[in-house]
Amino acid sequence: MTDPAILVLEDGRTFRGHAYGATGETFGEAVFTTGMTGYQETLTDPSFHRQVVVQTAPHIGNTGINDEDPESRRVWVSGYVVRDPARIPSNWRSRRTLDAELAAQGVVGISGIDTRALTRHLRERGAMRVGVSSIETDPEALLQRVLESPGMEGADLAGEVTTPEPYVVPAVGGKRFTVAAVDLGIKAATPRYMAQQGCEVHVLPSTATAADILAVSPDGVFFSNGPGDPATADGPVAALRGVLGVKPVFGICFGNQILGRALGFGTYKLKFGHRGVNQPVQDRRTAQIAITSHNHGFAVDAPTEGPATTDYGKVEVSHVDLNDGVVEGLRCLDIPAFSVQYHPEAAPGPHDATSLFTAFTDLMAANA
Amino acid sequence: MPKRSDINSVLVIGSGPIVIGQACEFDYSGTQALRVLRDEGLRVSLVNSNPATIMTDPEFAEATYVEPITPEFVEKVIAAERPDGLLATLGGQTALNTAVALHERGVLEKYGVELLGASIDAIRAGEDRQKFKGVCDAIGADYARSTLVRTVEDGVTVAGELGYPLVLRPSFTLGGAGSGFAHDEAELRTMLAAGLVQSPVHEVLVEESVLGWKEFELEVMRDRNDNCVVVCSIENLDPMGVHTGDSITVAPAMTLTDREYQRMRDTAFAVIRQVGVETGGSNIQFAVDPATGRQVVIEMNPRVSRSSALASKATGFPIAKIATKLALGYTLDEIPNDITRETPASFEPSLDYVVVKIPRFAFEKFPGSDTTLTTHMKSVGEVMALGRSFTEALQKATRSLEAKGAELDFASPVGSLEEWLPKAKRPHDRRLQAVVQAMRAGASIETLAAETGIDPWFLDQLALLGEVAADLAGAAQLDAETLRAAKRHGFSDVQIAAIRGDLGEEDVRRLRHALGVRPVYKTVDTCAAEFAAKTPYHYSSYDEEDEISPGQRPKVLILGSGPNRIGQGVEFDYSCVHACYALHDAGYETVMVNCNPETVSTDYDTSDRLYFEPLTCEDVLEVVAAEQRSGEVVGVVVQLGGQTPLGLAQRLKDAGVPIVGTTPEAIHLAEERGAFGRVLHQAGLTAPKHGTARSYEEALAITHEIGYPVLVRPSYVLGGRGMEIVYDDATLQDYIERATEVSPEHPVLVDRFLDDAIEVDVDALFDGEELFLGGVMEHIEEAGIHSGDSACVLPPITLGRADIARIREATEAIARGVGVRGLLNVQFAIAGDVLYVLEANPRASRTAPFVSKATAVPLAKAAARVMLGASVAQLREEGMLPAGDGADLPLDAPICVKEAVLPWNRFAGVDTVLGPEMKSTGEVMGVDAGFGTAFAKSQEAAYGALPTKGRVFVSVANRDKRHLIFPAKRLADLGFEVLATVGTAEVLRRNGVAATVVRKLSDGRGEDGEPTIVDRIVAGEVDLIVNTPFGNSGPRLDGYEIRTAAVSRGIPCLTTVQALAAAVQGIEALRSGEIGVAPLQRHHALITAARSAAGEPRYGGAAGATEGGDG
Ligand SMILES: Nc1ncnc2c1ncn2[C@@H]1O[C@H](COP(=O)(O)OP(=O)(O)O)[C@@H](O)[C@H]1O
Ligand SMILES: Nc1ncnc2c1ncn2[C@@H]1O[C@H](COP(=O)(O)OP(=O)(O)O)[C@@H](O)[C@H]1O
Ligand SMILES: [Mg+2]
Ligand SMILES: [Mg+2]
Repeated sequence: MTDPAILVLEDGRTFRGHAYGATGETFGEAVFTTGMTGYQETLTDPSFHRQVVVQTAPHIGNTGINDEDPESRRVWVSGYVVRDPARIPSNWRSRRTLDAELAAQGVVGISGIDTRALTRHLRERGAMRVGVSSIETDPEALLQRVLESPGMEGADLAGEVTTPEPYVVPAVGGKRFTVAAVDLGIKAATPRYMAQQGCEVHVLPSTATAADILAVSPDGVFFSNGPGDPATADGPVAALRGVLGVKPVFGICFGNQILGRALGFGTYKLKFGHRGVNQPVQDRRTAQIAITSHNHGFAVDAPTEGPATTDYGKVEVSHVDLNDGVVEGLRCLDIPAFSVQYHPEAAPGPHDATSLFTAFTDLMAANA
Repeated sequence: MPKRSDINSVLVIGSGPIVIGQACEFDYSGTQALRVLRDEGLRVSLVNSNPATIMTDPEFAEATYVEPITPEFVEKVIAAERPDGLLATLGGQTALNTAVALHERGVLEKYGVELLGASIDAIRAGEDRQKFKGVCDAIGADYARSTLVRTVEDGVTVAGELGYPLVLRPSFTLGGAGSGFAHDEAELRTMLAAGLVQSPVHEVLVEESVLGWKEFELEVMRDRNDNCVVVCSIENLDPMGVHTGDSITVAPAMTLTDREYQRMRDTAFAVIRQVGVETGGSNIQFAVDPATGRQVVIEMNPRVSRSSALASKATGFPIAKIATKLALGYTLDEIPNDITRETPASFEPSLDYVVVKIPRFAFEKFPGSDTTLTTHMKSVGEVMALGRSFTEALQKATRSLEAKGAELDFASPVGSLEEWLPKAKRPHDRRLQAVVQAMRAGASIETLAAETGIDPWFLDQLALLGEVAADLAGAAQLDAETLRAAKRHGFSDVQIAAIRGDLGEEDVRRLRHALGVRPVYKTVDTCAAEFAAKTPYHYSSYDEEDEISPGQRPKVLILGSGPNRIGQGVEFDYSCVHACYALHDAGYETVMVNCNPETVSTDYDTSDRLYFEPLTCEDVLEVVAAEQRSGEVVGVVVQLGGQTPLGLAQRLKDAGVPIVGTTPEAIHLAEERGAFGRVLHQAGLTAPKHGTARSYEEALAITHEIGYPVLVRPSYVLGGRGMEIVYDDATLQDYIERATEVSPEHPVLVDRFLDDAIEVDVDALFDGEELFLGGVMEHIEEAGIHSGDSACVLPPITLGRADIARIREATEAIARGVGVRGLLNVQFAIAGDVLYVLEANPRASRTAPFVSKATAVPLAKAAARVMLGASVAQLREEGMLPAGDGADLPLDAPICVKEAVLPWNRFAGVDTVLGPEMKSTGEVMGVDAGFGTAFAKSQEAAYGALPTKGRVFVSVANRDKRHLIFPAKRLADLGFEVLATVGTAEVLRRNGVAATVVRKLSDGRGEDGEPTIVDRIVAGEVDLIVNTPFGNSGPRLDGYEIRTAAVSRGIPCLTTVQALAAAVQGIEALRSGEIGVAPLQRHHALITAARSAAGEPRYGGAAGATEGGDG
C-alpha cells in the first residue's frame, strides 16, 4: 500500500500516490466516473477497455468482489485511480478483496491521490491520455511514454473485447423471440434482461455480417454497447444497414451510435463524456425523466428539432440528457428501429429504464 | 408542467417549540419554504408558536401567527386568512398531526383548503403503521411482523406469537416517544401501559425485533409527473435498535453493493408511489440483515424530516425548497440546481466526500436518566462534518461536539477488555469512544462486530485510526509526512499533542505551519466535480487542491453556536443568521462558520460563504487564514453564537485575529467573578453576597458568613451546570463531594440565595456612548429558577417606571464598566426593594429573538452593525432602530409571554422540579392584549390547554402556603373542586377554601382501598396539579411521584405558586370567552404607530447619551 506510484497526464499534470492493484505501468484515456456504487460492474464493463478510470467516490472496495456482479469475463479498465481503497471488504456476498482481484488480473492502479483535483482537471481540459506507473519514478520519462501512447479518437476496439465465438443465452420461462445480439462489448445484464422477456439471445462476434445475423433468423437484432470511436465501426454499421428495415432493431450506447451512423448521422467526441449513474434523461414524448447509467465519450450528432428525414424515412431524437442536451436516443418513425445512448440494463445504476426491453419485445411482436 | 395557477395563498404550519425529536431543522425547512412561496408571488401566512425561529420573522410572510399549533387555534387562523392551500409537510410531526386533526374536524372542507404535498390518505398510509403494512404488502416489500394493540392483555397475547424481545411503538408520537424494547412480559406490561397513554390515539404497535441489523435511510423526492429521485442514502453506524436520531450516521451509504442499493432504491420508489405522496420529499428507512442481505422496510415519513435537513446539507440539494416548488406544481426538470445553475434538479447528487453526523446528548442535565440508547430519541442536537474520507469526517465530527472526552482518545493509558468491552456493547452516548478503547485494549474487529453489530468496515476504519496514532507516537520526530498522514485522517492538533505528550497544541500548530501542512477547502457541488459549482459551500480537507475563490468585498466571519444543547439552542443561531443578513446588506461579504446541520445558518443561501467546520480554535484559525488568503477579513463576530465562539475569543485574538465588538478583555471583565465584582462596585451596584471556596472548609466558612440558603456552583458554568440551592451544612458537604472536584484550580462559587426575589432579564445594545434597552423581561417564577426555564413577560407587568429606570441605569453602567460593543444580557433580582445583579453576559442572549418579536426591533441585526462600528444614533437614522427603546413601550403594546418547554416525557423517572440548572429544550411565545390571555396561550402552546373546570390538586411547601391562598380561593370560586394534602388542606380550610383531603402516597391506600393522590392522577381524575418542592429541590418521594404521574398522564403540573397565580389569570381569560388570534405584523404595526405618536422619547437619542454620560 505504501509503495509510491505516479500518475501523469498528457498535458504534464502529475499526481503522486501509492501503488494499488498490480504493480507495473499502464496507459489509456483518463476518464472519471461519478457512480457511488457498483465499482465491480464498472471494472468489468467492456466499454472501459483502454481507459484509465478515476473513481470520484473516495472509498472504493468496501464490499469486496463477489461472483455474481461481474458484467463480463474480465476486468477491462486499463488502469484504476482511487482515493481510499478498503483495507477489508465487508459484505455477505464478498469473496475476495478488490485489491487482490486487480492484482490477479494485472490491473495497475494508484491510490491516495486528490481524485477531485484530477476530476476537475479533466472536466476543464477534457478527457486525455494518461500513464500510471508504480515502477517509473520520473514523471518526465513517463510523460514521454504517455505522449507515444495511442488516443481514443480513431480507435477500433470492438474487435478486442467481443466474444471470440457465438453463444446462446436461453430464454427464461417460455421462449417468445429469437434475438441476434451483436457483441461490440456487451454487458451480461443485457442478454439477462432480454432472456427474462422470453428472448433466446444469440450473441454474435463484432465481425458478424448482415448475413451472419439473418442466419440465426432472428425476430429482432440488437447492437450492444462497446469501447472505441464509432467513426471507425464501419463493419457493424454495414451489418446494421443490412438488417435495418428488414428486422426490428434495438441499440444501446455504441449500438446507438452505430444506428446513428447507419441512418446517416455523424458522431463526435464529448469533452469529458458521461460516466456515472445519475444522469437525467428525458423521454421527449412523455416528458418522463429517467435517472440513468451512462458510459459514453462519443455522441450522435442528430437534429433535436423535429424529425429528420433519412434514407430510412423519418427519424426523431427520442431522448435527451437534461444536463447538457446531448442526444440520448433515436427512434425511427417509418421502420421498426430505436436505440438509446445510455444503459437501460443498468448494472451499475438505476433500473428506471428497464421498460425499454419490453419496448423491444413489443416491437418484435408488432413486426412478427 | 407549469406552476399551478389555482393557488394564490398558502398557510404554512411550523413545528412549534424545540423538543427532543423535533428541533430547528424545521425552521430551516420552513424558512426555505416561505422564501420560495413569496418568490412565487403567493400570499403566505404562517402559524408557529416558537419565537426563536427565523421563519417567524415578520418579513418572511404576510401574516405570521405566533399562536399555539392546535387544531382550535389553526382553525381560527384559517378562518382569518382563508388560504387556498395548506402546507403541513414542512413542520414535522406536529404540523402533520394538526393537518390530520383539521381534516377530521371538517375544517379543511369547511373553508375549502387544499392540503398540498401529501394528501390525508398519504399521511395516514405513511404514519399509521397498520396501514403502512398494507402498503408494503401491496408492493411486495418485506417488513418486521407486528400487531396493533389497544390493551395490555392483547399485547401479552401478541408477544406469545412474536416472541421476545419486542419493539413497542405508540402510534403518532414524536421521535418514537414511549417506544422501546420489551425483553420479557414484566417489561412488556409496564411499557405497554405507559405507551397506550402516550399515544394520542391510544394504540401501540407490538413488533418483531430486528435488533442488530444494519440500518439505512433513503431521502426520496417525487414530482406530479411521477419523476422520482433519491437525494441521499444514509447508513447508520449504530445498528438497528438505536434511533436514527441518536445514531452516528454516514452519507453516502458505505457498505452496499450496487445490486443491494438499487433494490433498496426500487423499493423506496414503490413505497412513495403506493403511499401516494403526490409531490415532495419522503424519508424511508430500511434494515438489512448483514448475514443474508434480507431487506425490510422500517418506516416512511411523508414529509421533510431531520434526516432530510441532514441530507440537504450533506449533498447541497435543498429538499425543503424543492419540495415547496413541487407542491406548487413544478416538476423536477423545471427547477434549476442552484449550485451548478446550469443543470436541473431532476438528478441524483453524487458525493466525492464523506459526511458524518453525530448526535449531542444532555444526560448530565438529568441525573438518574437512563443513558442507554433505544428506539426513542434522547439526543438534543447534532453535528455534521464533511471530509474526503470517513476517518477525516468522523474525527472532525467528534471535535465539533464540543463535549469533554468526545474526541477519540489514543493517548491515555490502555484500559482492559473487561472494562471496555461491556461499555462498547451497550448502546449509549459514548459508545464510539468505548469501542475505540476496547480496540486499544486488544478487542478484535470480529469480536467487536459480534458484540456491537457495527459493520466490520467501520470498525476497520477505527482500527486504521489506531494505527495512525501509533505511527504518530512512534515517529522519531514529527516530519511533514507523518503529520500530513495524521491530518488526512482528521487528527486535531490537540489529539496530536496529547499523543506526542512532549508537545502542546500550539507547538503542534507552529510545527505544522512551519512544515506547510495546511488544509485545503473543497466545495459541496452535488455532482462530484462533474460540473462547476457556483455556490461557495466549503469544507476543509488535508488534500491537494484548494478551491477558495477570491472575495470581492471586505469579509466578516460569523462564528455559529455549534450543536444544539440545553442552554444553547436555536436562539443563538437566530442571532447569527440576522448578522449575516444585516452585514450583507451593509456591504460586507459574510462568511458563516458552523457545524450544526439543523440550522438556518448552515443553509448556503444564508451567508455569502459557508464553511461547514468544527468550531475549535484550530479549525477556525485555518478558515480565517484561508479567507485572508482570498481577501481582506475585517472582523470575526464571536458575540452571537453563545458561549461556543465567546470561549474562543481570547485565543483567536492572541493569534492575531481581528475580533469585532466587545473585546476579549471586556468579555473577561464580565465573566470573571472578581473582575465583575469590581465593575459592579465602581458602578455602585449590588451583587448577592458571595465568595469563592477552594475547599469544603472554605465553603463552610463563607456560607456561615453570608448565611443560608446559598447557591453553590463550580466556577465554570454554562446553562447553570452543576448549580444547587443549599439549605444546611449536610447538603453543602454532600454537594461539594458529589457535584464538584473542588480544588484551587476549580473553586466553588458560593452566593447568598435570594429568597422571594423577582428575577428580571434585560437585553440591551451599547455602542460605547449610548445604550439601547432592547427589553425588560419579568420572570413569572421567582429567582432560583433558571432564566432559561422560567416563564417571563414583556413588557414587565408588575414593575413600575422607577424600577425600570433603575434597571436601565444599572444596565448602562454595566455596559460602560465592562466596555460592551454590541449586545449585553443582564439578569437582575429584586428583593426587598434592593436591585441585585445576578450576572451579565456580554453576548447575544437566549431571549434576543423573543425581545425582537415582542418589541418589533431587530436587535441582533443592530448588534452586528454596532460591532462593526455603527452607532445607535446612526441606526436610528437608518430606521433599523426606532426612536426611544424597549424601556418605554407604549401602554397598549401587546403583552408577550415566553414559556419554556421541558423534555420530562423523554426521561422517564427524572424529577420534574425546576431549579437554577437549566433543563428546557425550547420555548414558545403567547401574545395578546392582556396578560391572562397571553399566558393561557403560552401554556397551551407549550403543554396543552389549561383546564377551565374540574379538579385541581394542591400540595405546596410551607414557605409557599401563604401565597397559595388567593389563587386557590379563586379557583374554588371558579367552580374547581380543590383536593389537597392534609397540611395544605388545613391552611386552605382556615381561609374558607373547601378543600378535600386526599391520601398521600406515603399514607398508602385506606383500609377500604381509598385511593392515594397518585392513584387518582393515574386514573385521570385530576385536571390541574400544583406541587411545589419541599425545602430543597431533591426528589422528595411524594412530590416526585406526583409530578412524574402528572407527566406520564400529560396533566398540567405547576411547580411554583407564581405560575399558579399566572395560570389563574389564564383560566379566567379562557372562561371569559373566545380567544382571538392576530398576526405579528398587526402587533408590530400597533407598536410602531404608538411610537411615532408618542413623539419625543423618554430615553435614547443623543440627549439621552450625554445625560447618562460617564460620571
Ligand atoms: N423491528 C425493529 N427491531 C429493532 N429495532 C427497530 C425496529 N424498528 C425500529 N427499530 C429502531 O427504532 C428506531 C425508531 O424506529 P422508527 O420506525 O424509525 O420510528 P420513528 O418514527 O421514531 O423514527 C429505528 O431507527 C431503529 O433503529
Ligand atoms: N443569588 C441568587 N439568588 C437567587 N437566585 C439566583 C441567584 N444567582 C442565580 N440565581 C438563579 O440561577 C439562575 C442561573 O444563574 P446564572 O448566574 O444566570 O447562571 P447562568 O450562567 O447559567 O445563566 C438565574 O437565572 C437565577 O434564577
Ligand atoms: Mg425513523
Ligand atoms: Mg443566566
